[in-house]
Amino acid sequence: MTYLPKPRFRHPDLPTNALGFTRRDYEGAVSTLCAGCGHDSISAAIIQACFELDLPPHRIAKLSGIGCSSKTPTYFLGASHGFNSVHGRMPSVLTGANLANKDLIYLGVSGDGDSASIGLGQFAHSIRRGVNMLYIVENNGVYGLTKGQFSATSDRGSKSKKGVVNTDEPIDMVSMALQLGATFVGRSFSGDKTQLVPLIKAGLLHKGAAFIDCISPCVAFNNHEGSTRSFDYVRAHNEAVNRLDVILPRAEITTDYEPGETVDVKQHDGKIIRLRKVAKDYDASDRIGAMTHLQQKQAAGEIVTGLLYLDEEPVDLHEALKTVDRPLNMLEDDDLCPGAAEIAKINDSLR
Amino acid sequence: MPQRLEAINDFVVKFANVNGSGSASANQLFAKAILRMGVPATPRNIFPSNIQGLPTWYEVRVSEKGYLGARGGVDLVVAMNPQTWDADLKEIEPGGYLFYDSSKPMPASKFRADVNVVGVPLTEMCNRTYSDPRQRQLFRNIIYVGALSALLQIEPEVVEKLLAEQFRGKDKLIAPNVKAFHMGRDWALENLQCPLGIKLERRDAIGDMIFLEGNSAAALGAVYGGASVCAWYPITPSSSVAEAFEKHCRRYRTDKATGKGRYAIVQAEDELASIGMVIGAAWNGARAFTATSGPGISLMQEFLGLAYFAEIPAVIIDVQRGGPSTGMPTRNQQSDVLVCAYASHGDTKHVLLFPEDPKECFDFGALAFDLADRLQTPIFVMLELEIGMNDRLCKPLAWDANRKLDRGKVMTAADLEAGKLFGRYLDVDGDGITYRTYPGTHPTKGAFFTRGTTKDRMARYSEEGPDYVENMDRLLKKFATAKKLVPAPILREAKQPTKFGVLYYGSTSPAMVEALDTLETRNIHLNAMRVRGFPFAQEVEDFIAAHDRVFLVEQNRDAQLRTLLINECGIDPARIVPVLNYDGNPITARFIIGGIAERLAGANVTPLRKAVP
Ligand SMILES: Cc1ncc(C[n+]2csc(CCOP(=O)(O)OP(=O)(O)O)c2C)c(N)n1
Ligand code: SF4
Ligand SMILES: [Mg+2]
Repeated sequence: MTYLPKPRFRHPDLPTNALGFTRRDYEGAVSTLCAGCGHDSISAAIIQACFELDLPPHRIAKLSGIGCSSKTPTYFLGASHGFNSVHGRMPSVLTGANLANKDLIYLGVSGDGDSASIGLGQFAHSIRRGVNMLYIVENNGVYGLTKGQFSATSDRGSKSKKGVVNTDEPIDMVSMALQLGATFVGRSFSGDKTQLVPLIKAGLLHKGAAFIDCISPCVAFNNHEGSTRSFDYVRAHNEAVNRLDVILPRAEITTDYEPGETVDVKQHDGKIIRLRKVAKDYDASDRIGAMTHLQQKQAAGEIVTGLLYLDEEPVDLHEALKTVDRPLNMLEDDDLCPGAAEIAKINDSLR
Repeated sequence: MPQRLEAINDFVVKFANVNGSGSASANQLFAKAILRMGVPATPRNIFPSNIQGLPTWYEVRVSEKGYLGARGGVDLVVAMNPQTWDADLKEIEPGGYLFYDSSKPMPASKFRADVNVVGVPLTEMCNRTYSDPRQRQLFRNIIYVGALSALLQIEPEVVEKLLAEQFRGKDKLIAPNVKAFHMGRDWALENLQCPLGIKLERRDAIGDMIFLEGNSAAALGAVYGGASVCAWYPITPSSSVAEAFEKHCRRYRTDKATGKGRYAIVQAEDELASIGMVIGAAWNGARAFTATSGPGISLMQEFLGLAYFAEIPAVIIDVQRGGPSTGMPTRNQQSDVLVCAYASHGDTKHVLLFPEDPKECFDFGALAFDLADRLQTPIFVMLELEIGMNDRLCKPLAWDANRKLDRGKVMTAADLEAGKLFGRYLDVDGDGITYRTYPGTHPTKGAFFTRGTTKDRMARYSEEGPDYVENMDRLLKKFATAKKLVPAPILREAKQPTKFGVLYYGSTSPAMVEALDTLETRNIHLNAMRVRGFPFAQEVEDFIAAHDRVFLVEQNRDAQLRTLLINECGIDPARIVPVLNYDGNPITARFIIGGIAERLAGANVTPLRKAVP
């Protein structure tokens, strides 16, 4: 299988964003995933989110591990640097990249095998550290790339395509992210673009560890009767707690909603995340409440989606480490090397 | 009366202490005082992998001739640990000295007839003078330094000055320490026959040399070499590299106006994450390193293959200890050579640097970052516990004021804008090294996808055989380029033409110099070459070819560097005779002499025509 370039002719009527880019400019190579794979819908949502947010594609770095999900960065943002690292270790590579240049936007893409099995430790520690990133897990409950073994997020009792029933307890990455101090936690479904696109936008804007668990059915190995990650099952059990919009500063603020129904969260660059409540008493600024709600709904077999938690004043790793404002990779010789004159002093102190 | 060993400026003192008793700084004071008298001395920490209650030793070799390797045998034991008494006593050379705390009477059976006993009632003096238990313990150490100063003729002014320097800023502590020192010294002068047969005399044999630990020196090298990201996971004997880096950075990399740091240090959750962070940071254009030891290297294998194949710079400071597994975590070995040279699955080869002392830890610590960026590959700086965790006398550090950090082949926004052809894995000038771009450089040009799977020259995914082969062959070409960039080996020619040669590397250096000098006095002459880098320079192959018989001295069981030489240079194994020390103790000149002389016993040692140009 070799790379398929996408023909890049530009229709004069294609809409452009504030930077003059068309949606096309945010696309990547043609996907080689199975037709109908949920992961492709997530790629499309990422493309749309970046286009609508007017993000310069080259200022985004996309990193992933190994798996079908981790292949997807090739299929979006072709003008961005990408890094397909090793299985389960995207978080450390992303953390290092982020340390080197705090000015880029970091998008980590992973699978449930990549992040909940082999990479559970790195997932947990990158969240704990508050790395400024958007971390998306494309969660299909199986190892797609290695042909359908259960992953660590598979529900107990879920049936594989071959008829095997999973007896292990699932890892719920959303609960873990909440517990580990992620400052933005969301869950969505690859089949619900209207929910997913604004969630990705908000996650990209967030200045801290943002995590999205995106349920993304594997049509080849986990979309059958008896699976709890099939399109049908997820549609039937999806319980959104809210809906959100990301409003750009240049957009007119419209007031379609009754006061009290919406919460506006202003971002550092003037953009606004507007939350519309769906579940009446759900408060996305209450971490403990979010955890409780999740546990209750999960016990009832429901899949809670939406922006589950948002800390409006996140502290990221650079803030904690007190690094200089200039990205470390831009520092020059004089900033880094103490120089020849200092050597004499050092020698004197060692005699 | 036993015979008394007599020597001036040439003896070995070993302190037997209890871990955690605060003896370290007193022992260091002792060693430094000798250096300040212009006499070379090498201390060695010998410590088990425990924090408290167990034995530690501090051995100081005094050698006017400047032999800094371990000697073997002990002339004076300072026996401060009753638990190791018997073993410590055994080590003393006949006619040597036993210094002990005579506060409690000891049965005659606890001594040796051929060893001179020097008792000082340390505990009694302490209990009389101090009431606080911690003070009693700490000052006891200074009191024994005082007594030793009288016994060995250490100048008291030198110690007083050192104490003043040590407690600068905490000036209140100077006087009590000086007092304790003199308490011990005065007692010895009044009650003992001073000096002993072994003693010190002022010399001028230190010159401008400095005294520091390799780990700290390597960390300083990283600061000078422009490292701005460090990710690490604690492991003996490498932790103090990261800790020293932090200390140096706080001093040299803190922005005066804002108090913010021009560096980032992360204590990772394990070594997989450390190397992952290093690779991520270096991919993104920062200079990054990790410090670890053998077990960490084992964990990093998969990532090291990625860095090799995707061609990402990385610096790994490996402070080697005894393996395999947890092995001998606080002992010395050179046993990570192969695991580093061929780290990861598939066909891989990595660049290794072998420093001999803290000076080279600094030099190679800085150089590694230039090499990593130039060669776009992992660079291993192969420290050893012996030079990493011990203070060592060495040449002063030097830095050329005109030196610039070499960032290697990086295409800039201006290059791209000017229309320069960019192919991430496209070799445009035949050295096997290709151009890279940092993420975020240009809005529409120069982006590429980094992956550990096969790709073509333009960094596009490809499973085509020819693309794979082209790439793998180019990596070999790059490795050949590295040959000329790693530090060249250093040759020491014998005084007479000889057909015998010896190769060595790393911490073996001082023992080797001493061994060669001694062999020379026995009319055994060898040319010696110190290997400083892998891939091996052509000179190393030429050296082997130019001698009938070549010894290779190593500190591991399996002669790992020999394997590497045989494998990489196609050398007939019979031509390289291994001399191997692997019990965890630092190699001694005695061992090397024994190993070489024994094997040459039957051979014709008459000098031949000069063999090496
Ligand atoms: C160290 C290592 N072990 C095993 C593999 C094989 N492997 C590749 S992808 C994968 C599972 C991927 O599952 P997931 O992250 O859920 O991605 P999906 O394909 O389901 O999107 C495995 C086990 C590997 N690449 N590396
Ligand atoms: S195997 Fe499953 S996860 Fe992989 S591409 Fe096909 S549908 Fe998607
Ligand atoms: Mg999966």
